[in-house]
Amino acid sequence: MLAYIIRRVAQSILVLFVVGLVAFSMFRFVGDPIDNMLGQERTQADIERLREQLGLDQPFVVQYWRFLEQAVQGNFGLSYRQGRPVSEILIERLPATLELAFVSGLMALAGGIALGIFTAIRRRGLSANIIMTASLIGVSLPTFLIGILLIYLFSVELGWLPSFGRGEVTDLGWWTTGFLTESGLKALILPAITLGLYQMTLIMRLVRTEMLEVLRMDYIRFARARGIRERAINFRHALKNTLVPVITITGLQLGSIIAFAIITETVFQWPGVGLLFINAIQFVDIPVMAAYLMLISVMFVGINLIVDMLYFAIDPRLRADRTQGGH
Amino acid sequence: MKFQTGILTAALLASTAIGASAETLRWARAGDSLTLDPHAQNEGPTHTLAHQIYEPLIIRDMTGAPQATLATSWAPSADDPSVWVFELREGVKYHDGADFTAEDVVFSINRAKSENSNMKELLSSVIEVRAVDDYTVEMVTDGPNPILPANLTNLFMMDKGWAEANDAVDVQDVEGGEQTFAATNANGTGAYRLVSREPDVRTVLTQNEDYWGMDQFPMEVTEIIYTPIQNAATRVAALLSGEVDFIQDVPVQDLGRVADTEGLVVKTAPQNRVIFFGMNMGADDLANDDVEGANPLADARVREAMNIAINREAIQQVVMRGQSQPAGMIAPPFVNGWTAEMDAVETDVEAAKALMADAGYGDGFSIQLDCPNDRYINDEAICQAAVGMMAQIGITVNLDAKPKAQHFPLITNAETDFYMLGWGVPTYDSEYIFNFLVHTRGDERGSWNNTGYSNPELDEMIVSLASETDLDARNEAIASIWNVVQEETLYLPIHHQVLNWGMTDAVGIEVSPEDDPKFKFFEMN
Repeated sequence: MLAYIIRRVAQSILVLFVVGLVAFSMFRFVGDPIDNMLGQERTQADIERLREQLGLDQPFVVQYWRFLEQAVQGNFGLSYRQGRPVSEILIERLPATLELAFVSGLMALAGGIALGIFTAIRRRGLSANIIMTASLIGVSLPTFLIGILLIYLFSVELGWLPSFGRGEVTDLGWWTTGFLTESGLKALILPAITLGLYQMTLIMRLVRTEMLEVLRMDYIRFARARGIRERAINFRHALKNTLVPVITITGLQLGSIIAFAIITETVFQWPGVGLLFINAIQFVDIPVMAAYLMLISVMFVGINLIVDMLYFAIDPRLRADRTQGGH
Repeated sequence: MKFQTGILTAALLASTAIGASAETLRWARAGDSLTLDPHAQNEGPTHTLAHQIYEPLIIRDMTGAPQATLATSWAPSADDPSVWVFELREGVKYHDGADFTAEDVVFSINRAKSENSNMKELLSSVIEVRAVDDYTVEMVTDGPNPILPANLTNLFMMDKGWAEANDAVDVQDVEGGEQTFAATNANGTGAYRLVSREPDVRTVLTQNEDYWGMDQFPMEVTEIIYTPIQNAATRVAALLSGEVDFIQDVPVQDLGRVADTEGLVVKTAPQNRVIFFGMNMGADDLANDDVEGANPLADARVREAMNIAINREAIQQVVMRGQSQPAGMIAPPFVNGWTAEMDAVETDVEAAKALMADAGYGDGFSIQLDCPNDRYINDEAICQAAVGMMAQIGITVNLDAKPKAQHFPLITNAETDFYMLGWGVPTYDSEYIFNFLVHTRGDERGSWNNTGYSNPELDEMIVSLASETDLDARNEAIASIWNVVQEETLYLPIHHQVLNWGMTDAVGIEVSPEDDPKFKFFEMN
């Protein structure tokens, strides 16, 4: 078990290094930060001085090495755009993204499972078919458009919900939360729907397919034959067996909810790390881009590592292989 | 739980208190200020926020005219034309209570001239600043500089004592590691004090009750809540839904929507920014065209043909939906040296074809046009329109539109032969345009001149402008430089950008050409 974990952790660290290397090799294609950092009155001498100061005249491998040297000491540098420490900015922005991801993830999971079961059980019903058709919209409409449509409907036309921002947030010292105020909760609704709609339809379709599969199984038929009530069959026996793949997918999707919050955050001016990243790209704010990409890859690698370990714990065959292999 | 309810109640009370105050102005624009340090960035949104908190010696009012602020009067010294004497306003206090004196001016100018400052180019002619007494300052320039005061309108005055006490004497150096106190804190003499700020999220300012100009300006906005909203559609939606009172950067396609909404108005004015194309005429051969061994752009007839082939009215009507002013010269109309005759160009495709044939390019040629797609209003669409217009005279244009972070390095590194650029003139004087766009590219001047054009005689005239104290002679020189620029068709001007501000009808203000609302001038009905 320990050897397996050590091996997986080592692999994960290697993946992080490679992600960083690829990221740094791409930054110069994003553009040159110098013109953004100096005003239009800059001279050639200013450009060269700043380029040298920032080490942008060095090959990307050297830039990456410098970044790593600083990063292992917990120093991610100063943002080119804001002139503030990157770690401070990330910590300030992370709660907004995590709260949004949490709410939309929860919504996607609850809504997706409920609708999935419903459409599986009432497979031929009119409402189930309407839901299935409508879910195509969720899968195919771009997030950007959904966000704008929601804003025009609920903010401009109806005036119920705010169109941008996070509302009033409560500062807990190490975390800012929008859960404790009315305006903070209201502000969460539209972005959470926008971000979660795709995941919800995905989970719903997955649950429906799995459920249909399971309902065809012999043990369900026998259960029916034994006269067990329909409700117990659907919810106790069928659902439980449906959820195994759903949980796996959901775990993996959690990472992408956080990573793909970028578009939703831009549409709603949600002050999270996604919006920060977009601003960083436009400005070619290399320290922020690098730290963000590292953060996201740590998150993905971490989730994958946990999932792998869970498999290891759940699946006895994996353990058996390792002990018998003897290497 | 009790604790949480307490927070909830407090927050609700706070939000209703804000909502109830009639003089609160909720303001949104696309970008946020980058830093509170007034000398660290030379950039529009950063200066706009700084103008509420800090003040320069002289500002431009909402029409663009100079107005005495921390200086009450200024004039060249009677004894020495290389010295400007500024009389300072007495009785001005910083937000922390410290007095504003000549010492602060000396400190601030020197700080703005230091290596890490982004404002230093505007002060390159200043060699010494000295305090004569508490309320008189002299600036010594390296030769007479008649337009120095125009360079000071974004140079903010910090308190020397505050900067020293907070270790903010030096402008932040990005690679230095530590951020400076001044980047996140502010202590100015301005009409508004900083209450709170979360970068990119929300900045709250409140009226400075002790402001020296309380009786001289409307001062009707008592609180400002500034929230950047990057996405144009969301920004407009926030105005339509009543969540903000005042927005800058209204996209042209939404102007009608805002103007048609009851209770909202759109105000429009020409901006201090001209959009044009530059051409590499200096190279012997171009990398991005299909003519071997020659540079078609080196021929003035070709440049003139391209100039008169552009149908500026069509771009104005179709691409800009009327929101632009066709241009024939690369100076905005407020700038000293601008003339109506030079700013007009007649489109004449037949004449353009004849010129092309004369120059030996009757069959045309092909060239790449580099264009930004996130910098100017409808920049990529303007370029697309130009592609069609160039095709009419046989020039096949391959358009390459990129984000600004990739476009501007092409100009900086002289890697483009045909490119779009926009230019604003903060000094309102032609010399600024000549220095950057007409003078031969070198260390001191011509840093944005990617045309390869080099005319030593003209360069000499441009340099001499800086020290010509006889204003009539100076204006004559400016006119003759413009004549050369126009004759040579150094650039292909397209239009002057138009600014649009959207606001509720309670807000009484006209659009300023610099796109910098100064809230002390706002009236609230």
